[in-house]
Amino acid sequence: MSKLGVILSKEFRQIIRNPAIIRLIFIMPVIQLLVLPNAADYEIKNINLQVTDHDHSALSRRLIDNISATGYFKVIGYGSDRNQAMVAIEKDKADLILEIPHNFERDLIREESARLMLAVNAINGVKASLGGAYLNNLLRQFNGDIRTEWLQPDRLQKPFSITTTFTNWFNPGMNYKYFMVPGILVLLLTMVGMNLTAINIVREKEIGTIEQINVSPIKKHHFILGKLIPFWVLGLVVLTIGFLIARLVYGIVPLGAYWTIYVFAAVYLLVILGMGLLVSTFSATQQQAMLVSFFIMMIFILMGGLYTSIDSMPEWAKWITRINPVTYFIEVMRRVVLKGANLGDVTKELSIILGYALLVNGLAILSYRKRS
Amino acid sequence: MNGITINNISKSYPLKKGKQEALKNIELTIPEGELFGLIGPDGAGKTTLFRILTTLLLPDSGTASVNGLDTTKDFMQIRKEVGYMPGRFSLYTDLTVEENLNFFANIFNTSVKENYHLIKEVYKMIEPFKKVRAGKLSGGMKQKLALSCALIHKPKTLFLDEPTTGVDAVSRKEFWELLRSLRAEGITIMVSTPYMDEASLCDRVGLIQQGSMMGVDTPQHLRNAFGKKLLSVKGPDMLQLLRQLQAMDTVEHAYPFGEYHHAVLKDAAFLPELPANIEVKEVEPDIEDCFISLMRTHAG
Repeated sequence: MSKLGVILSKEFRQIIRNPAIIRLIFIMPVIQLLVLPNAADYEIKNINLQVTDHDHSALSRRLIDNISATGYFKVIGYGSDRNQAMVAIEKDKADLILEIPHNFERDLIREESARLMLAVNAINGVKASLGGAYLNNLLRQFNGDIRTEWLQPDRLQKPFSITTTFTNWFNPGMNYKYFMVPGILVLLLTMVGMNLTAINIVREKEIGTIEQINVSPIKKHHFILGKLIPFWVLGLVVLTIGFLIARLVYGIVPLGAYWTIYVFAAVYLLVILGMGLLVSTFSATQQQAMLVSFFIMMIFILMGGLYTSIDSMPEWAKWITRINPVTYFIEVMRRVVLKGANLGDVTKELSIILGYALLVNGLAILSYRKRS
Repeated sequence: MNGITINNISKSYPLKKGKQEALKNIELTIPEGELFGLIGPDGAGKTTLFRILTTLLLPDSGTASVNGLDTTKDFMQIRKEVGYMPGRFSLYTDLTVEENLNFFANIFNTSVKENYHLIKEVYKMIEPFKKVRAGKLSGGMKQKLALSCALIHKPKTLFLDEPTTGVDAVSRKEFWELLRSLRAEGITIMVSTPYMDEASLCDRVGLIQQGSMMGVDTPQHLRNAFGKKLLSVKGPDMLQLLRQLQAMDTVEHAYPFGEYHHAVLKDAAFLPELPANIEVKEVEPDIEDCFISLMRTHAG
């Protein structure tokens, strides 16, 4: 048996005997893929709306009916007291206040204009801005509706109105799970890969076995490869489990080929595992390694383009996303799954990740020293 | 030239302020096939010396050679030819006894079968447990497994860093018997221990304290070189007695020694007068006595 074979068989034996690793590999993808896509929903529902109606007219009631019929808003209070509405916001019960002034209907009929007030609780920024925008949209629609209605008798003069209809390319139902699930799969691979490798060499340091390895004639690259290959295989196993869940639970079948994703994932894993190894050669204890890899992962994940759009980041942040391997994989994953991209379409990303893999692993081999 | 040669080796570790000198100008030659004991308390620099000789650490200055190979230049070759058993148990606790042994044999391009004769004596004591994970073994058995693993590639030189620390008296005795039988195979053995009573089992010993080698000789020569009268004293109130002894003009120094106190007399001095209920007898110096006296002369 070759030296590498000896090291590999030892590593695999140790992994199989470690119940924590086995649990992590099989349970983490299942839990994350079942829970996260259902919870991390970009559509804002259940926006709590407090209505202060000073008008009590047919028109104001119709407006409120219109709003609650959309399903996005939950009218949690209806009254004519402004203070009561403010209390609801202060207690965080309401996200929005819609205030309908006195003589809303009368003004609209007589003077052909009326004013409404919209107050937004900006504690939860996403909910507030999206809720405000939804409601604004609804009001505009309502405005258009009543205008056409009232102008109806005058059949000679048709009102101008522009209506927009739209189609969602690549994801016709605009099912956010179609782009969340592939993204979460990337995060999963990143977390499992980096954490496991980061604590692995450190574990040998902590229990002292690295001393025995260091005085042996094992070559550095044999040792590093022996650490890398098992987790590379495990990473691909996790990916497979993830795809199985995506298919069985969410019915997601990539439009492109599976093997395109596997080829990319194979190279991507080298980057992530290499970073884990790099962290572990610089750490003295498992705790240190965990914290450092956690810190790196946190930045990678939050700046990976899954939870926030990269296009709306400031320029300096965009530069960070460009050195973030997670960004590239999420991008490629979505393109393959939703758009059906093939290997030829992602050569740019693939070559960047490949260069990254060589750099990181080269550094890992260089920085692992058998003597001090 | 085979064996171990150490020329003027120094090593210090950086501290927040200044540095900690771990080894100061160590000179030592160990001929091939010798069982050499490095005796010294914790923190004397024993492990640092081992780590330099096993190519894990570079010395600040000086040179060393093992089996005629330079520890800085020919380190790859040295790693093939030496066996090292670190002070801490450092085998894979999640692998079985057999798997550990096979792993260490295989990474040295050999097999357990090929060198079985070398480890037979040690290994047969743990063979009944070969399917047991190494982490579940007792302290003494762990040491035997570690020795087997360090021996399995037939090293020319064996480095054992405190192999008997934390091991019971019976296992310690067995362990030393094993070492003496290995010496018969022609393997050079360098072993460190904080236990002075193990010194007499070595061919030669080096007494090391605070990074300096205070003396290197056979145990017998060291004892002969003591050169002073040594008294063993015992009485009903031992603490009081020690103070009394230390205060006497004729006594150079006195220290507790097991259930007795040892008192070293000044040159040509005679027995001090002591009450009748106190037991006094002249004894032969032990390695520990030699060590303590060398420590005093070195401290100035």
